[in-house]
Amino acid sequence: MTTPLVELQDIVKTFGSVIALNDVSMSVNPGEVMCLLGDNGAGKSTLIKTISGVHKQTSGKILIEGKPVVFNSPRDAQRAGIATVHQHLSIQPLMSVTRNFFLGREPVKGWGPFKFFDKNFGDKTVVAEMAKMGIDIRDPSQAVGTMSGGERQCVAISRAVYFGAKILILDEPTAALGVKQAGVVLRYIVQAKTRGLGVIFITHNVHHAYPVGDKFTILKRGQSYGTFAKNEVSREQVLGMMAGTEELDALQSELEEFARSDEAQAKGQASQYEATAAAEQALAKELHQESEKVRKEQN
Amino acid sequence: MATIDRSADERIREVGILRKLLSRPELGAVSGAILVFIFFAIVAANRGFLSFRGVSSWLEVSAQLGILAIGASLLMIGGEFDLSIGSMIAAAGMAMAIPVAVYGWPFWLAILLAFAFALFVGYINGMIVNRTRLPSFIVTLAFLFILRGLTIGFTRLITGRTQVSGLKPAAEGDWLAVIFRGDIFGLPVSIYWWLGLAVLTTWILTRTQFGNWVFGVGGDANAARNTGVPVERVRIILFMGTAVAATIFAALQVIDLGSADVNRGQLKEFEAIIAAVIGGCLLTGGYGSVVGAVFGALIFGMVQQGIFFTGVNTDWFKVFLGLMLLIAVLFNNFIRKRATEAK
Repeated sequence: MTTPLVELQDIVKTFGSVIALNDVSMSVNPGEVMCLLGDNGAGKSTLIKTISGVHKQTSGKILIEGKPVVFNSPRDAQRAGIATVHQHLSIQPLMSVTRNFFLGREPVKGWGPFKFFDKNFGDKTVVAEMAKMGIDIRDPSQAVGTMSGGERQCVAISRAVYFGAKILILDEPTAALGVKQAGVVLRYIVQAKTRGLGVIFITHNVHHAYPVGDKFTILKRGQSYGTFAKNEVSREQVLGMMAGTEELDALQSELEEFARSDEAQAKGQASQYEATAAAEQALAKELHQESEKVRKEQN
Repeated sequence: MATIDRSADERIREVGILRKLLSRPELGAVSGAILVFIFFAIVAANRGFLSFRGVSSWLEVSAQLGILAIGASLLMIGGEFDLSIGSMIAAAGMAMAIPVAVYGWPFWLAILLAFAFALFVGYINGMIVNRTRLPSFIVTLAFLFILRGLTIGFTRLITGRTQVSGLKPAAEGDWLAVIFRGDIFGLPVSIYWWLGLAVLTTWILTRTQFGNWVFGVGGDANAARNTGVPVERVRIILFMGTAVAATIFAALQVIDLGSADVNRGQLKEFEAIIAAVIGGCLLTGGYGSVVGAVFGALIFGMVQQGIFFTGVNTDWFKVFLGLMLLIAVLFNNFIRKRATEAK
């Protein structure tokens, strides 16, 4: 069995009296996409921040390639090969693709004070890197702001891959994207996987997670519901576990109740209408009789 | 998948050239400068606007402001303001004049002192902005008053007056002062400083690693920090840059006039920012160019001197200035919208 790239053992994280994570364990192997699923407030973000060095766990162990590590800052995690691509990206919309890609790690040429940013190399690298992931960058000097949301995500992801990430953490990369753009990102996730990276893909969209995921860890109220391989569960089962089957059932019956009361109300309205109609008919009858009477008297 | 990308590809090409031109930060300033030049060339040509002396005069005004605007534009691209430039001009002038006139220092030593003081002021400005995360607008506004006050206070304390003059003999023959005085090919030396600094800083901004950091820090400091840019250091260097630009301005002025005055440089901080904004720098940072600021200063100089040549009362200059600023900001906002527009 291969050693997992990253392994969490019994991670507990508390904020004061709030237990945000309780005994969460999971692992990601090279060339594997692990989907981390959970509803809002399930503890996904806390877990990710713990792995990427933003928070320190209260107890439990993080192992990178079998060795226990302690991250004091996001930089430590980065050095260990963990790259996190956040929902709001570390991308500058007004800067060009190349400038963004190499920001902080610019390739330089020349000597002494005459070192300069080797843009030629940068442009070529960006085009090549993005092409590897199936995205055709026309002009690496175009501002990132002119790109679509999916393409921007891909710039951030390919940058992480290029600078030697072994583990990619993608925090809801498809949340704000349309169907087509989400497809671009999902395709990229598969590409990263085939290059031997471990991917942790956070989402609450089962339809995005199921096609690309190899295994699914479901978080609920700070606890792990367990990790399931793809062949063990169906899409519906994953959805059921995520939201809670009984809760979904409750929701269903609640909605049915709504539907019933709607129907009843509709019925009530109908009978009222009938009553009015009957009263009108009676009145009409009476008037008719009266008018008949008057006519008879005249005659 | 390639076919999907191709269709998007063609959509971009259609508007390619226009979009590209519109997304250049310098566009407004360059076209503005051309228009202003044509206007005065027609209106004031026979009054000396196009004569050698005339050209030299508006170039000199542009150059002096341009030196300040270069520093200001770099700082603005880095996302900050420096309102203490004007006061720095007076402070640096006095830091040169008093040691020479009162203590008999050689001029070169006084110039070095002034530059050292400028680096110190820039460092302090940058430090305070980094540490407190207060808007630099406020921090440097405080230094606008502090520096001006210190300059007036110390000058009166030491000399009993607010002006120090008679520096010309000391400047003559000084090996360092020589680079701040006189003409080269009939044009004032400030013009060469202006162009030299423009070339140097454009190279730094567009071609070096540091230049890329400046854009990054101005665009989104947190994102830049996450990718490993030393944000604090970049800010401090940029603040040092504006103070040094103010000191170059002061050296040119003090050596040219042979005197220093505590009231020099008033409102220069705003003129420098206006030139930078006309040149396409966004007030929010992360976008702009030195070339734009150079042309912004050129517009400034041409209008200021041009109005003089036309014989119209120069009081109207400020009206024009305000209108230019307003138009420039509106234009820049439009540009930014184009540049950040997601398809």
